[in-house]
Amino acid sequence: MKAVQQKITPGWLGAIPAAWLAVLFLIPFAIMLSVSVAHRVPGGFFEPGFELTSYARLFTPFFGRILLTSVLVAAGAALICVALAFPFTVVLTGLRRRAQTLVLVVLLAVLSLSEVIIGFSLSTLLSRTAGVGNLLAWIGLTEAPQAYTPSLFALMAGLCYLGFPYAVLVLYPPVSRLDPELGEAARIMGASPLRAFVTVTMPVLRAPLAGALILVFVFTLGAYLLPQLLGRPRHWTLSVHITDQAIFQSNLPFAAAMAVLLLLVALAMVGLALLLGREKGTPA
Amino acid sequence: MTELSLRGLTKRFGAATAVEDVTLDIPHGKFVCLLGPSGCGKTTLLRLIAGLEEPTSGQVLVAGQDQTGVPTHRRDFGMVFQSLALFPHLSVAENVAYPLAIRGIDRATRRKRAAELLEMVRLPDVGERRIHQLSGGQRQRVAIARGLAIDPQVFLLDEPLSALDANLREHMQVELRQLQQRLGVTTVVVTHDQKEALTMADVLIVMDQGRVQQMGAPMDLYRDPANAFVAGFIGSTNLIPCRLSGRVLDMPGGRVALADGDRVKCPEGAAVLSVRPEDVRFAEQGLPATVGFIRDLGESVQFVLERDGQQVTALFAPRERPSVGLGDTVRLAFEPGRLVVLAP
Repeated sequence: MKAVQQKITPGWLGAIPAAWLAVLFLIPFAIMLSVSVAHRVPGGFFEPGFELTSYARLFTPFFGRILLTSVLVAAGAALICVALAFPFTVVLTGLRRRAQTLVLVVLLAVLSLSEVIIGFSLSTLLSRTAGVGNLLAWIGLTEAPQAYTPSLFALMAGLCYLGFPYAVLVLYPPVSRLDPELGEAARIMGASPLRAFVTVTMPVLRAPLAGALILVFVFTLGAYLLPQLLGRPRHWTLSVHITDQAIFQSNLPFAAAMAVLLLLVALAMVGLALLLGREKGTPA
Repeated sequence: MTELSLRGLTKRFGAATAVEDVTLDIPHGKFVCLLGPSGCGKTTLLRLIAGLEEPTSGQVLVAGQDQTGVPTHRRDFGMVFQSLALFPHLSVAENVAYPLAIRGIDRATRRKRAAELLEMVRLPDVGERRIHQLSGGQRQRVAIARGLAIDPQVFLLDEPLSALDANLREHMQVELRQLQQRLGVTTVVVTHDQKEALTMADVLIVMDQGRVQQMGAPMDLYRDPANAFVAGFIGSTNLIPCRLSGRVLDMPGGRVALADGDRVKCPEGAAVLSVRPEDVRFAEQGLPATVGFIRDLGESVQFVLERDGQQVTALFAPRERPSVGLGDTVRLAFEPGRLVVLAP
């Protein structure tokens, strides 16, 4: 009668993704780790070895600033995305079923656009010659058409365009499952619609909100194309500099060291967010 | 004194009418049950009173003040929702004190009042706990305490006990009723359970298809239903089709002459006779019927009687049990003064 006790999903199925993960992620990561401690041959490539010179270079004010820029840009994009996506999703779940499906399909369509298309579209749209600047000048808001790219604003717009659908898709299931009576109860007890939103809807959905923040943060932390297309060099993120070192400066050990750092920062941020989400929280 | 008045209250959702022209007055301090089958509009009516739905037409007045245009959060009602709607991110005490926190009352007062309220619903010492650490019955009490936190003028409850198991539900009905009597707060409860309504209510409002069918004291509705729907919905009854002419009912198998106390609520012609199972007796002469089934329930005995393909139920106390068996032919007589003749 042992068969009765058996689980429906056999445990060994889990070995397949585990093996893939090992082959496609852990092994390349191990190679990258070994490269990051290799000895650089100036003007050439690198030879195997163990030295921490590449890591030491990371602790200079210059790279500190780059790291800070990367984190701030990604965190900013995550905050803006979720701040837009959350009310959007709450309103979306209040619509009729058919309208909800339509909006979700449009969002999924946006996901199919590549970073390249989004980047070039925005840089055209925000340019002086063909962009919205002409429209603003024509209305009379500005005297002459202006260029809005490259700038931090253009970069943020691009990253948010990229991250917004993900934030909505992460928030949609928990928001649509939210008991509408919670908000109504807050209203009956004297909370205005805005206060009900801030004191009940938001804290109840703390865990999904933290999840959406982490997702967009990690997603935009690795952004490589948009900072070059829409940002100024001082907005360049770590990813851009990694490419710069690896391809144009032929310094693979240093690029690998920066990549390891990027991974650690991403992990640290995820861990921090999980910790903050759990501290006072209730099981989601 | 009238606490809550509804004037021609109507709510339509598109082409469907949920509540149709409801006008009634609820006196101060009464416990009112809105009773009806699911989909009869009772929950919509409660939501209209609370301001969670906007009426298509009509008015809601509290103590003579028109509340129709007043947003929900300025109405100062207390309400218990069907899902209870306790906030999972707050502790029990914070839940109970939420209406006070919203009104800007200071922390010390809030804490004191929350302790009082939890004491009142007999749940001391759980203030620091989380909602998910409480049992169903405890959550129920917390929701009631929270609804009463601001001493509301009107306390509204939407199927508050539906999530509890049968024993606990009966216990909570009594407790809720006693609490309401102690506080004297005007209370409106929505329920589809007639026993629950009979247990708790001073005033029963029976609804069907968006309309109020009858309003009154529970026993008045039981003895003197206004129509066949109310007769069938409050308690159980036998509805026997017949023809009324003068004070005599013609029905298949014989005639029944109405006694003095019997009530007639329809014009002559086609009618239905409503007779309660406990008012059906076996006699020497009367309508012939066959015993189709006997249900021994311990506290009572139920006879299901067949006559012309129609069933009539008779209920006896065990010590009055007639000595008849399955398949026997009996003759039925009805307790005089207990019959109601209604429009079909």
